[in-house]
Amino acid sequence: MEFFWLTFAAFLTLAVFSFLYKDNPFYKFAEHLFVGVAAGYVVCVEFYNVFLPNLWRPLTNDGQWGLLIPFALGIALFTRFTSKWAWVSRWPMSIIIGTYAGLAVIGFASGDLVLQLQASMVPVISVPDVAAFTLRPGVISFLQVLANPVFTIGLICVLFYFFFSVEHRGTFRLISTTGTTLLMIGFGAGYGYTVMTRIALLFDRLYFLFVDWLHIAKV
Amino acid sequence: MSRFLSRFEKLDRRWIFLLIALAVTLPLFVDLGMSPSSTPPVRDFYNQIERLPERSLVLCSFDYDPGGKAELSPMAYAVLRHLMSKNCRVVVITLWSTGPGLVEEVVNDVCRDEFHRQYGLDYCYLGFKEGREAVMVGMGRSIRETFPRDHYQTPIGQLPIMSDVQNYSSFPLLVNISSGYPGTKEYVQYVESRFAIPLISGASAVSVPEYAAYYTSGQLRGLLTGITGAAEYETLINRKGLAMIAMGGQTMGHLIIIFFILAGNLVYFVNRRGKAR
Amino acid sequence: MKRELPMIITFVFGVFMIIQYFIPHPIVNNLAGILQSWAIIVIAFSYVLGSANILRINGEILYRRGQDWPYKLVLVLGFMLMLVTGLIGGIEQGSFANDRLFMSIYIPMSATMYATLAFFIASAAFRAFRIRTWQAALLAITAVVVMLGRVPVSQFLWKQFPDFVDWIMNVPNAVAQRGILIGAALGAIATGLKVVLGLERSYLGRD
Repeated sequence: MEFFWLTFAAFLTLAVFSFLYKDNPFYKFAEHLFVGVAAGYVVCVEFYNVFLPNLWRPLTNDGQWGLLIPFALGIALFTRFTSKWAWVSRWPMSIIIGTYAGLAVIGFASGDLVLQLQASMVPVISVPDVAAFTLRPGVISFLQVLANPVFTIGLICVLFYFFFSVEHRGTFRLISTTGTTLLMIGFGAGYGYTVMTRIALLFDRLYFLFVDWLHIAKV
Repeated sequence: MSRFLSRFEKLDRRWIFLLIALAVTLPLFVDLGMSPSSTPPVRDFYNQIERLPERSLVLCSFDYDPGGKAELSPMAYAVLRHLMSKNCRVVVITLWSTGPGLVEEVVNDVCRDEFHRQYGLDYCYLGFKEGREAVMVGMGRSIRETFPRDHYQTPIGQLPIMSDVQNYSSFPLLVNISSGYPGTKEYVQYVESRFAIPLISGASAVSVPEYAAYYTSGQLRGLLTGITGAAEYETLINRKGLAMIAMGGQTMGHLIIIFFILAGNLVYFVNRRGKAR
Repeated sequence: MKRELPMIITFVFGVFMIIQYFIPHPIVNNLAGILQSWAIIVIAFSYVLGSANILRINGEILYRRGQDWPYKLVLVLGFMLMLVTGLIGGIEQGSFANDRLFMSIYIPMSATMYATLAFFIASAAFRAFRIRTWQAALLAITAVVVMLGRVPVSQFLWKQFPDFVDWIMNVPNAVAQRGILIGAALGAIATGLKVVLGLERSYLGRD
């Protein structure tokens, strides 16, 4: 029985991969089965992990009748299916939107804006890094000496690149171009890391097919 | 020659698909003997756990789904093995709705089957909770109210491990393994900055360039980068796992992509020069 | 009140989430806890709504014998099978829904769908990645250096290659990302305030 399910999983894996050759009924079958199972699983997860412990049991066992309000609002979401009463679904939607908009203002302000700016207040020349370089000269220790100047001056250049109230000409163009250079390095690093993720995912699937299912490779 | 290069530039992509599949499959049959050396972010991640006193209670948030399993499952396994070998206690949660089954498998494989720890005393799995940032902020006030029951519907008051747990202040460390949203970025924004709990993270490589800014600012005390970071971490804890096995495939994959970039541009420039003539 | 009441609700919840950060009084904290628990419950219902919508749309096509209706039948059957076995037998390890449906159907397909991206990225690397400007050249060089440096073979080329890539990530890349983060944070704060204050109302839809 275990082998049957393993083979079925391998069949579905190959069915999805078959799309790389061209669209075909096996892929369509797998795709639709996936969507159906995923949608069903989400309902089960929400039922066991939210509905039962956070709503139903406190409501019925602990007498927290205030939870009738979010219960009613949750049901109100389903009025979206009717054209006459769809406006009622705006009430629970506005709770979600309001909560997350408010949290986002604080989260981005404290976590990203203030703390990132705070972390950028570093001396242009780091004396410990210079000392480390003089003690043990090398490529990496030299690059570490450049770290603080690149950080401070580079950050100003990158932020200036996004400042469009002034035309980027002359000295401003030089500053903006320096910002562009750093952004291109950042995007190149992002591309390289994206490749890393995709290859890891592919290797995992090939490992499943050749090692877990077929047992023709041993690692 | 120019006709050949013209046709080569427009090569049917299915040949490219076949080449990459062969390249990544090869290390499954030929051992390339690849072992990475550790980098500072990984060593910092390792040291944060290594410094924990015995029986420390650690909060682990494993936020990934099957799409991120390849990179993050090895990290989750390695983290739990490290924590268990340090005789720490763990409380595990997940914030991804398609993650509960995956995370449960990791927790049971390591804590129950490998290290024979007792559920409810040495470790517990609180399961999934919907709400993303609202859950993160809610846990800062009260974890018991946010997670009234664990994944197995046991009331949280019946778990001895949770007896002294109120909120984030009950934990010396928060370990987040994340595939995207919600994950590390949200923990940095809503938890680390607000509740001052030390945070270390393992993330999919695609997210890591952004998290480098958090690492350099000290908001993240350690960072594992994708499958390579997981392999480095496995080296540090002296436990070969799936990440180390994947290094061969990773190497071949990277080399072939580099070849494609260089070859594609070489062919393009040669063709362009030929057309200019 | 079809639009005004939702805007008032958005304003109340939004402002409360903001001021809660600055007023750590137990009364405020307790009220925030209640409102956050309400939000968690409502969001859970929204995910169920999404699944119900999938069922509704595909069920309609199946009922009318529309295009690709056999595949819609597969979708609906898969949904019902997971729902029934999950609700009756649970979704923990050891249950049919988890061990068979989730582990043998959902995980392989979800992982494989993401794995196919590797093929497309390889195809794009050969057919679409063209170095026409100095910016693209810089991007390509950085990408090649990072890809090379993050695999063990780089140590044979230069022992400090991994440390060099680490420097690229923690210095020039971090600078760029920090600039983007700061800019994005300003935008997110502005958008959040616009939503809370009712200046941004697209989430209400049309009347």
